[in-house]
Amino acid sequence: MTAGGGAGSAGRAERRARARGLLLLAPALLTLATLTLYPTIWVGWLSLQRRMPIFGVSRFEGLGNYAFLATDPRFWKAAQVTVLFTLASVALELAGGVLAAVALRGLRTGSRIALSLLLLAWALPSVVTAKLFEWLFHPAAGLINFALGGVALNWLGDPRLALPGLILADVWRTLPFVAVLCYARLLAIPAEVYEAAQLDGAGAVATLTRITLPLLRRILFIALLFRTLDALRSFDLMFVLTGGGPAGTTETLTVYAYRSLFQAVQLGLGSAVGVVVFALVMLVAWAYLRALRSQGLTA
Amino acid sequence: MTHRRAGAMRVRDWFVLAVFLVYAIPFFWQLLTSLKPEAELMVLPPVLPTRLTGEHYRAVLEQSVMLRALGNSFGVGAITTVLALGLGLFGAYGLARYPVPGKGMLLLLIVGGTAFPQIATVSPLYLLMRALDLRDTWLALILANTSFALPLVIWLLMGFLQEIPAQLEEAAAVDGASRPRAFRWIVLPLLAPGLASAALLTFLFSWNEFLFAYTFTATEASRTVPVALALFPGVFEVPWGDIAAASMLASVPPLVLVIGLQRYLVRGLLSGALRD
Repeated sequence: MTAGGGAGSAGRAERRARARGLLLLAPALLTLATLTLYPTIWVGWLSLQRRMPIFGVSRFEGLGNYAFLATDPRFWKAAQVTVLFTLASVALELAGGVLAAVALRGLRTGSRIALSLLLLAWALPSVVTAKLFEWLFHPAAGLINFALGGVALNWLGDPRLALPGLILADVWRTLPFVAVLCYARLLAIPAEVYEAAQLDGAGAVATLTRITLPLLRRILFIALLFRTLDALRSFDLMFVLTGGGPAGTTETLTVYAYRSLFQAVQLGLGSAVGVVVFALVMLVAWAYLRALRSQGLTA
Repeated sequence: MTHRRAGAMRVRDWFVLAVFLVYAIPFFWQLLTSLKPEAELMVLPPVLPTRLTGEHYRAVLEQSVMLRALGNSFGVGAITTVLALGLGLFGAYGLARYPVPGKGMLLLLIVGGTAFPQIATVSPLYLLMRALDLRDTWLALILANTSFALPLVIWLLMGFLQEIPAQLEEAAAVDGASRPRAFRWIVLPLLAPGLASAALLTFLFSWNEFLFAYTFTATEASRTVPVALALFPGVFEVPWGDIAAASMLASVPPLVLVIGLQRYLVRGLLSGALRD
């Protein structure tokens, strides 16, 4: 066999390996292309149209829907609610998640029970969480007003209290996710590190800020990304708990999009809001990837 | 001295456990509500009921809505899990072991796919389901759920596959085993924990999914548990006890899975989060 023949058969083997890999991937790629990629392109196209099926209206409008949104106070209000909800929820979840993880790590017994109690909140369907909190927030018979000493706050009906109430429900539901990620990272830290800190006389606060938090930096960064993306696109909880009310104080972009799409039946406008949510999510993901690279956190 | 310290540690453990128990109160309160007699629901205090009753569960199970919804959720969840795992397993194996052209781009698309907001694709998918005459069928939900579960499954399984050395299969090939045989007898057993994690997460997400299910269903024929719960009927007053009972029924499968399979869940979440 000549050297040239050897290279030829190696090239053929390489080609065959590529073909096999593609064949294995084909069903998954085809599914994703049909159910994710194609709808993504389609929604962009829909957002450029004026479509109101009940009136038989369907025509190309260019950027008309986006121009409308740019001056639509309801859209800007929804954007503001979305950002406020995301910032507050994510900040509280990260802070609470770290504390819960440190508490779990310190347990000598019962950590499995504690973890189960935490995961319980995370495992429930979000619609169930919404129903749980609707009942907890009940003005007359709700446990929260009772625990506050028998006050008669109308949590979900008061424009000042509805968003904090919604954020509380979201934090309850997703803090365990952050806690579990951090806890798993903490388990990988040798106990000697903490024993050494204790011998050096480091207090609880110093241990947290000097040892625990730096070690959690990377996982917290990842949790921050996951939670931000989830909060930006979340829909179930506000849709079922408050329906965006009262007076639009909990109407996020996702709820606004849904209402435009299926209640006002303005497919074009609703799609445009959906595209805005999509762009926001991708922007955050992109910024995260950049920060990750510049900070050298990819280890 | 050491004895006293151990005692102090135990007290601290009990305190921490109590805090975690308080954290779970919203759930236990709903559980208690589901067992309270109707007449005592709207009166607080007292916190504890005079007796426990199963009347709310009976009321919920006598209506067909919730039973049908539980059946629909199980069916859709199980088929979605099988479909996503089947497609995802071969896809992940292809990506992890073969020199697929455009691999970097595909990986980016798959990671991006896990972050896709459903609200952006719900309108075209709705039009697609309508065009295919799939509204109000299991198939519509299975396809929609697979679309968001599949990227996650591929991503998870790739991580697990990369931990299995390719040399194992090469050694098997030297010994005369074909690639499918090596896959079946060497890779698959080692991949079992990864498959369990992926299956668990897919079933959970499918069980909890609301937006697609709410949009693509119209009747009991395909309504899933979250939809039935969100649309829970109340004629004149909100039936809090019945809603609480229905919430508990909706929570049993995810709770059993998550608490029973904790190990796989934590591993799945971690390997999804810890890779770049």
